[in-house]
Amino acid sequence: MMRRFVQSPYAVVLALAIVIAILPLVLPSTFYLRVAALIWIFALAVVGLNLLIGFAGQVSLGHAGFFGIGAYAVAIGPTHLGIPPGLALILGAIAAGVVAFLVGRPILRLRGHYLAVATLGMGLLFAMVFANESAWTGGPDGMPVPRPVLFGWRMSGPWTWYWIAGVTLVIGAWIAANVIASPTGRALRAIHDSETAAQVLGIDVARYKLIAFVLSAVYAAIAGAYLAMFDGLVTPEASGFLRSIEFVTMAVLGGLGSTLGGIVGAALLVLLPQLLTVFHDYEHIALGLVMIVVMIFVPAGIVPSLANLLGWRKS
Amino acid sequence: MSRLAVERLGIGFGGVTALTDVSFNVEAGEIFAIIGPNGAGKTTLFNVVSGLYPPRQGRVRINDEDVTGLPPFKLARRGLSRTFQNLQVFFRMSAADNVMVGRHMHEKRNVLAHLFTLPSVLAQNRVTRAKAEELLAFVDLSDVADRTAGNLPYGALRRLEIARALATEPKILLLDEPAAGCNPVETEEIDNVIQKIAATGVAVVLVEHDMKLVMKISHRIHVLDQGHTIAQGSASEVRTNERVIAAYLGRHGQREAARA
Repeated sequence: MMRRFVQSPYAVVLALAIVIAILPLVLPSTFYLRVAALIWIFALAVVGLNLLIGFAGQVSLGHAGFFGIGAYAVAIGPTHLGIPPGLALILGAIAAGVVAFLVGRPILRLRGHYLAVATLGMGLLFAMVFANESAWTGGPDGMPVPRPVLFGWRMSGPWTWYWIAGVTLVIGAWIAANVIASPTGRALRAIHDSETAAQVLGIDVARYKLIAFVLSAVYAAIAGAYLAMFDGLVTPEASGFLRSIEFVTMAVLGGLGSTLGGIVGAALLVLLPQLLTVFHDYEHIALGLVMIVVMIFVPAGIVPSLANLLGWRKS
Repeated sequence: MSRLAVERLGIGFGGVTALTDVSFNVEAGEIFAIIGPNGAGKTTLFNVVSGLYPPRQGRVRINDEDVTGLPPFKLARRGLSRTFQNLQVFFRMSAADNVMVGRHMHEKRNVLAHLFTLPSVLAQNRVTRAKAEELLAFVDLSDVADRTAGNLPYGALRRLEIARALATEPKILLLDEPAAGCNPVETEEIDNVIQKIAATGVAVVLVEHDMKLVMKISHRIHVLDQGHTIAQGSASEVRTNERVIAAYLGRHGQREAARA
């Protein structure tokens, strides 16, 4: 019974909720609270992306595009269109879903490297639009993002965003766990292992790839909106190529096909640059080195390898 | 009206013709074997019939409905299922999960309900799991239900694919070399399983090299050579057919087939 629960994805959700609830009691300063909030925000995007890459087995190198759509929705909506930030966030998430649906239909027919390159192009396209439409987006310098106000309470500061992002991450991880344990999740995992067999069993492969693509886009958009509101500023870098690579790296480093892996990967990539500031100018080199070492010694990703080592997984 | 009717099927790849003018009918409850030397086009025939390749010529009908060129998932919804010569098991999933995927078409596929795991989804998961366990028992794999498929022995994987295909509740089942790589005991088990499946009214089409198995359980046999039909008939008709002996069985094979 205990063993079964430890292996279930819901155990991760519960553990995550406990960690998020307790962490503020032990963190020594608001600086760490801020870092933790950043981790929850990035982890949200990675948990969504993991549904696409880790479960359905479809690579995307352009998810920062959707992250950017969410981020610019909460910037443009209130500033130019008079839409309240909360509503702008929801509209941004819906817009990302619709864009993913429209873009996904043609490009998800591609496989492997071809799909990776197509999604890469998609991401670059968004970044270019955000950089060039300066009347709406402020161009390369970006634009300020107004803080949302809820019942007269101005939502700003690390304390507030720690809780908003933390609670949303728990909900996001719970939804991901639900999907994985459902017929949809089984279909996605089946597609990952053999598209041919999945089709022959009556699975509409194109439909399920699209479902994973749209879901992961919505996760990314919400994370993007949170980061923009947290920072109070958005620039085209939010949807840049490096951001997309960062998401994929977080997912792969932590362990594909593991929700906890995505969160650990996000934590590592947010924390490492903070820890490596002592190396100053060599920060990026050190970061790259850490990644290479992890990939050589634990190619399955940190969490699945650890789980194996501890015997959490059956044969 | 035949369960499955293949009419003058033809396909080629580039300049190479793989199948020419192949026709046959399979009835409910029948075990219909397709044999022939390597490269005769047996697996290609399965790939065309199951919708993986579109045919260049000819028609495929299921219960008289023309299904030529339909994608595999739509054929599956019309009752056609298959296994693969080169195993297409979901290796990272457990044996039970593999079979549960086979129940896909019979499950409610409302994604919104899946996102929030409504009680109906949980109830359905239990029903699907129970059905999967039943099918695993049918192919004698109950004790490995929760093991990762990738760690199972070859013979078990062959049977797992059969259980998974059965989970779709097929009317027509294509089995591509179900006994390949199996030892005599495993072959015996598979032979029992196939006969039990046909007894439930499923039309079974079988590609197999094990002549003992083919001659023992097939009601009719269809022989291909280089993409052409060279014979069709009962086991005794086929094994005495000169063209079949020349192209495939050989003198030794004929003796072996006669002993079966």
